Amino acid sequence: MTRAVIVGAGIVGAACAEALTRHGVDVVVVDRNPVGSGTTSRGEGNILVSDKGPGAELALAQLSRRAWLEVGDLLGRERIELEEKGGVVVARTGAGLDSLHAFAEGQRAAGVTALDVADPLALEPHLAPDIPGAVHYPEDMQVQPVLAAAELLAAAVDRGATFRGGLDAHAAVTDSDGSVSGIRAASGEVLEADVVINAAGTWGGEVSERLGAPVPVLPRRGFILVTEPLPPLVRHKVYSADYVDNVGSSDAGLETSCVVEGTRRGTILIGASRERVGFDTSLSVTVVETLARQAVTIFPFLARVNLLRVYRGFRPYCPDHLPVIGPDPRAPGVIHACGHEGAGIGLAAGTARLVSDYVTGGLTATTAGEWAALLPDRFAGLNKEARQQA
Amino acid sequence: MSTTDVLLIGAGPAGLACAATILAHSDLSVVVLDAGHGPGGQYWRQPAPAAGPNALVPGELADLHHDQTTFAELLQEVQRGRAEGRLELRSEQHVWSLVPVGDGYAAHTVDRAGGPSRTAGSTTRARAVLVATGAYDRALPFPGWDLPGVMTVGGLQALLKAGGVAAGRRVAIGGTGPFLLPVAAGLARRGSTVVGVYEANRPTLWLREARAVARNPAKLGEGAGYAGTLIRHRVPVRTGRMIVAAHGTDRVEAVTVARLDRAGRPVVGSEHRLAVDAVGVGWGFTPQLDLAVTLGVDRRPDVAGTEVVAVDDLQRTSRPGVYAAGEVCGVGGAALAVAEGTLAGAAIVADLGRGAAPESLVRQGRRSVDRLRGFADAILRAHPVPAGWADRLEPQTVVCRCEEVSYAAVRAAIDERGAGDARQVKQLTRTGMGWCQGRVCGYAAGLLTCGAPGPAVERLVSAPVPLGALADAAAGSDD
Repeated sequence: MTRAVIVGAGIVGAACAEALTRHGVDVVVVDRNPVGSGTTSRGEGNILVSDKGPGAELALAQLSRRAWLEVGDLLGRERIELEEKGGVVVARTGAGLDSLHAFAEGQRAAGVTALDVADPLALEPHLAPDIPGAVHYPEDMQVQPVLAAAELLAAAVDRGATFRGGLDAHAAVTDSDGSVSGIRAASGEVLEADVVINAAGTWGGEVSERLGAPVPVLPRRGFILVTEPLPPLVRHKVYSADYVDNVGSSDAGLETSCVVEGTRRGTILIGASRERVGFDTSLSVTVVETLARQAVTIFPFLARVNLLRVYRGFRPYCPDHLPVIGPDPRAPGVIHACGHEGAGIGLAAGTARLVSDYVTGGLTATTAGEWAALLPDRFAGLNKEARQQA
Repeated sequence: MSTTDVLLIGAGPAGLACAATILAHSDLSVVVLDAGHGPGGQYWRQPAPAAGPNALVPGELADLHHDQTTFAELLQEVQRGRAEGRLELRSEQHVWSLVPVGDGYAAHTVDRAGGPSRTAGSTTRARAVLVATGAYDRALPFPGWDLPGVMTVGGLQALLKAGGVAAGRRVAIGGTGPFLLPVAAGLARRGSTVVGVYEANRPTLWLREARAVARNPAKLGEGAGYAGTLIRHRVPVRTGRMIVAAHGTDRVEAVTVARLDRAGRPVVGSEHRLAVDAVGVGWGFTPQLDLAVTLGVDRRPDVAGTEVVAVDDLQRTSRPGVYAAGEVCGVGGAALAVAEGTLAGAAIVADLGRGAAPESLVRQGRRSVDRLRGFADAILRAHPVPAGWADRLEPQTVVCRCEEVSYAAVRAAIDERGAGDARQVKQLTRTGMGWCQGRVCGYAAGLLTCGAPGPAVERLVSAPVPLGALADAAAGSDD
């Protein structure tokens, strides 16, 4: 029986554990912390196709959307609060609407359902009346990430997987031929494995170094605002069109673009800021104020609503804004599954499918096809200095 | 935005003592921000609306307040500072964020003085800042605790101090700690029938605290005073007892009281039921650490495991320019808060190089802090939460009132999903995600998961703030 050690019990690690145990793989999941307590617990739970242009990431998002629906059927949609609520991207200017329409046209060619909306108020009655237009993406979905991670991991454990919380993967155990045959915990304990999966999210860069197969995964800080509970006033995930530009941006400074959505409990979530400031945990008042202003511009009623809470997370991003998924040729036995930036929840189920295929032999680096763009090979030439500069 | 030398957050005993010390021994300018409608904090809470900063507590409420003389002296100093234009006291200001800026700090504040419809944001910058944000009541869930008429003892006391209003005509008091006695005495004096004070712990625990008691004879006198009042009003004080349930349909009509065994567990068959129309329960206090935690200052566990701000012998925190005094450094009462506030004032004056407090004042302050902190620690040791506090919770008992999370749901998160701390319980059940942000249920969630209060929760926003006020601030910064 194939033995796999998964480093990281976030949404990606938990999804990989569930997918691998489905194929009879003997799985041990290790994490320094409890299940879903890192970046998994810091996001909105987006499962989106709306924010991605044609390419490998959109293809993964489409695969992942189907995989999430299967996961929902398996675990119970209610239990993980999986909801096909749909997204609405609104333009704030006429020029913005033109570029939004052009973006949507490209997505439609790639198989995304993107519906031009002439009357945004019919979809979202509380929008500002001067919004010139919008695109409706009925395929966008929502999940409660920590519940999903806990349920996925529990399903894997039911099938015989083991979860080792409080265990820090300190180093790889390497054979004489350079292949990895397990990990060594900080305590000295050795967990033997045929494959080691790096699902350490924002800490995936650090774990990759320990495994001898470094990939550049860096933190990108974000804040999300949470309001007091209200009656349902926002029906979809509502984004301003500039969100799409920011996701792929390499600008080092602060970027904010509004994402507003209601939750089941009536609170309204307002995101999303992106800053490259390392692991700086302090609160940026400017970010909070800017997000508030953008949200009030789209939904004027929010001006009277109280902000109750702000949470902060660190998205794991690679310099080219694509996740790194697949076997690492520098350390045979290591498979990466990290660097999903702000899309880790949405891409987790699809990532788990790819990882499972790589582990069980259904997919290899040479047969990766459209998934080749996600392979770690693209970082093989990076030396340490270059990574630090990145 | 306004700028000052020193910003004091909280106008309770610690903040006022710090202000008075700075005014008396330096030429520094001071801004005091406070969430209440007048100075005094919870100890010297004034009836609303306050008649101004000079308003002392009216005579008919005087018995509810310790040490009016100290309050009057501190207010006089503060008033002098205002007259000289060196001190500004702003009430109904909720600081929602305190962040480092340059070589100082900026407090972002919501002004609630105009009522809920007219809130605006403001920012105050200072070189030195005192966090003196006090503490809040600690509640534990029990069946029926969400019925109208069931309150914390602090809530009962606040009603009395705000206008002499008793919450009910037949009141049961439960929980643990010396604070139960003055609340019961205050109610009895105002004509309420206090059917009983049910102190969970037994006085034998105090036998180990002889030294702390001997060093604080005044505390004994205070206790004797309340005991006398309770005897005069025939209020029974029962130790080793706990209110295990409240009953009623629209509001509380009765409570069940049980005896606790030596291990602190309710004894089956010991229950008796009493008709009441109000209940006050208190399990001590939790320091209000939000601003300190977000700033990342070092903390330490108190003798009961609750995190408090760690300070040196002059109330300096681990962050240069940030000082802490009063309950945030460990719950200990008004006299301790005054002593700590005085020391913090002396440190600020010295650290900013703008004066010096007399050596005798500092020496005396340190002695008081040492003595009173010893007594506060003795209280914590003699009044632990009993081991069996959760024995009588029922599956449907609500643990988180804001989000209506039941005890069964919390247990499932712990037993079936392995939640090991309050944060995991929150993530899996929403316990603590509502309006109170876990200030009510967080302590219970900590005890249920790891048998201890657990680390202080990070709340990046420490008070609700309208998005419109934030949006205006963002628009303003573009100019």
